[in-house]
Amino acid sequence: MRIEARTQVSASAYALAALLAVGLPLLVSAALVWWAGAPVAPTWGLMLKGGFGSVFALSETLTRAVPLMLTGLAVAVAFQARLFNIGAEGQLYMGALAAVAVGGLHGGTGLELPPFVVFPLMMLAAALAGGLLLLGPALLKQQLGVDEVVTTLLLNFIVALFISAMLDGPMKDPAAMGWPQSVALQGELELAKLVPQTRIHSGLLMALTLAALVWLLMRRTVAGLQIRAVGANARAAAFVGVPVRRTVVVVALLSGALAGLAGALEVAGRASYLTLDMSPGYGYTGIVIAMLAGLHPAGVVAASIFVAGVLVGADSMSRVAGVPSYLADVIVATSLLSVLVAGWLLQRRVVWRRPADRTFAKAKEAAP
Amino acid sequence: MNASATASASAAPVLRLRGIGKRFGKLVANDDISLDLYAGEVLALLGENGAGKSTLVSILFGHYTADAGDITVFGRQLAPGQPQAALAAGIGMVHQHSTLADNLSVLDNIMLGTEPLWQPFTRRAAAQRQLQGVAQRFGLVVDAQALVGRLSVGERQRVEILKALYRGARILILDEPTAVLTPQESESLFDALGQMVAQGLSIVFISHKLPEVLRVSHRVAVLRAGRLVAQARTADATAAELARWMVGRDLAEPAPARAARAPDPQRPVVCALRGVSTAAAAGGGQRRAGAARDRLLAVDLQLRAGEIVAIAGVSGNGQVALAELLCGTRAANSGDVTLDGQAWPADPRVLVQRGVARIPEDRHGVGVVGDLSLWENAVSERIDSALFSRWQLVRRAAARAYTERLLQAFDVRGAGALSAARTLSGGNLQKLILARALTAPDGRPPRLIVAHQPTWGLDVGAVAAVQAQLLAARDAQAAVLLISDDLDEVMALGDRIAVMHAGHLSAALPAAAWSRATLGLAMAGGPAPVAGAAPACAAPACAETADAH
Repeated sequence: MRIEARTQVSASAYALAALLAVGLPLLVSAALVWWAGAPVAPTWGLMLKGGFGSVFALSETLTRAVPLMLTGLAVAVAFQARLFNIGAEGQLYMGALAAVAVGGLHGGTGLELPPFVVFPLMMLAAALAGGLLLLGPALLKQQLGVDEVVTTLLLNFIVALFISAMLDGPMKDPAAMGWPQSVALQGELELAKLVPQTRIHSGLLMALTLAALVWLLMRRTVAGLQIRAVGANARAAAFVGVPVRRTVVVVALLSGALAGLAGALEVAGRASYLTLDMSPGYGYTGIVIAMLAGLHPAGVVAASIFVAGVLVGADSMSRVAGVPSYLADVIVATSLLSVLVAGWLLQRRVVWRRPADRTFAKAKEAAP
Repeated sequence: MNASATASASAAPVLRLRGIGKRFGKLVANDDISLDLYAGEVLALLGENGAGKSTLVSILFGHYTADAGDITVFGRQLAPGQPQAALAAGIGMVHQHSTLADNLSVLDNIMLGTEPLWQPFTRRAAAQRQLQGVAQRFGLVVDAQALVGRLSVGERQRVEILKALYRGARILILDEPTAVLTPQESESLFDALGQMVAQGLSIVFISHKLPEVLRVSHRVAVLRAGRLVAQARTADATAAELARWMVGRDLAEPAPARAARAPDPQRPVVCALRGVSTAAAAGGGQRRAGAARDRLLAVDLQLRAGEIVAIAGVSGNGQVALAELLCGTRAANSGDVTLDGQAWPADPRVLVQRGVARIPEDRHGVGVVGDLSLWENAVSERIDSALFSRWQLVRRAAARAYTERLLQAFDVRGAGALSAARTLSGGNLQKLILARALTAPDGRPPRLIVAHQPTWGLDVGAVAAVQAQLLAARDAQAAVLLISDDLDEVMALGDRIAVMHAGHLSAALPAAAWSRATLGLAMAGGPAPVAGAAPACAAPACAETADAH
């Protein structure tokens, strides 16, 4: 058995790849559901219903999808420039902290400004906080060749401890009865609910707008062309005059800003104050989403809704069927693996046996 | 040499290839190739780039697995796809590009991989004795303690050969061994090969250069488009015959017949370098042999409109630095560079706007971004111009239309404007890069062309197309700087020729002042011919010093 490169990709190969990408996670999850002793088809039905089956389910899924869209975009933008930002989690928390720092002061000690001025300031602060957090690793990579995977990953832990210190210190809410949580945002700064009686908020519209803007930037502008050129081949980009270093810095600021905004939208749209467990790993899941999406902004939106739906649906299903909600993690993980494998196989084909001289002779006749 | 070949022709072949076939997708790289190699002979494998020579030896050495056919070495079947099996069977390979570790000594490089891992101490003394024995036997002298990073390209090649012989190779495969050597270094290589075959070794010598094949081999096998088209005893073959087999038709003249233009001091100087030095390559070309020596030291050069100045030299002697300097991707440390009398704008975008056409050496790695489409690559140099972008938005329709025009005008085949650049073959890719460099959207002809190895690795048709474009641009009054390892190309195209060695550039003398011998001497660090020796060159050389202030 050998594997060789495919020169042309046929329509049936695309269909097979899609089938593999969808089928493998279903198969693996079915095996686990069966192992847990629950009936497979009804459990899947419960998950689907829990994730997408009602207005409430859908609203929960979309609420969960908002931060995922932004961290997914943050990772996708950075990866396109070959800046491996693993630190979206930390950038999200720094963004949330900055948002609370600006929005929570309003009316209290500091800013005496109307909400329509403070809100943009709050978002700007969150974007800046996230962007600046990624700037350090980007500069270290450029100047000294320090691997940004290591620095951004480790910064996540530094940020977590920093947030912890802030929540137990200067930003602690005195009315929280000792819980480490920040002061709350002013009520006027919280985002409006899109559907009454649910948690879905207008941050969704902002996330969708940002996805459209990122698409416009990457696919239609000169800067986007340069970013993609730098990511695909930095030497060739430099040869045609792309300022490679500046481009990477801009990408770092942009990527960090998107992740920072994810934190700000979580605070303003859902939580209204910052706690240490605000994000169940949105920054890391953003990497999965960006890869699932093939780094495409529209794909990020779709992948975020899919992953959020699986997470929400699995929570709901586990309450009824008694299958652990870790099933969601298995589905997301196998989805990512099968999408990557399917994409890899699309470019290649497996030759199961040594082709006989006969097939070789036939190919020779075909190619005069 | 021929005597030994005749004597052993009756014996059983040491290497026997039968019906070797290999396809890559639709491309048939090797088609039913059967060859025999006998003890004590040099078999030349002759063919153009892409004829299938490298594929064939890669199969032989186990890098590829053949789709069909089998290989017998010393009467025993060779396991396919295993370099270890080839090594064990006594096949040694010397690759075109050095595969040695720069940070280790010669002895370490040679011992690398020959000792078992669980042996507690390395047996350096024994290894050194053995190496010395091998080196003396074949007349390949080299300092075993020297650091490989400090060796010249020719010395590295000697180490590669020693490495194969140290491992007991009886069959040596040399892949285009002279591509990186000066003519004098090539001669000493040929002498060493003679000693090896005299002692019963067999050599497969891969080349596309006719003279050296005639010089060194006993038998020739000619490949064309993946097929073995002819085999002959070298003594019975003529150069014309071999050339016809190689390209499949009569080759008129290897280079376009033309007289070099007599230098004319009246033509305006487009680009001038005065005492320019650069630092050694830090990034970029570090994978090349001897990158540390690739820099400029007090280089003077003047490029005039309507003439081609060709730079000859063994690669790694400053050519990369010169090309990068003039492509705007490297800065000079000292000295000054001017373009049309003004200070040199060290920014690729500005250079392109000012009419500098740049053709980089590494067309896949630097010339294009393989994952971007042809149109994105075609406009990337001029993306800031109002033609291709407005308010920072790319004008896609205009960009594609321009690309379609380029593809048509330069006969780029195999992909449309929307396909990824990496799907193009080398020749078509080079035509695209040439088209991008030479075609300004406003129709202005280029002022200065910097072409670094523009025909390297291309097939004969593409070579002719590229050379014709350079000549046409010169006739349209462009100043052309051609940097090439290929002496034939330098002599065929250069109106003036300069030689680069260890960062120094000789005076650019008229082509007539040079001969192959003097070029070779200068490439090895010898002096350039005295300007006064040839009457034609005195005037421009003087003219250059006269207007250099």
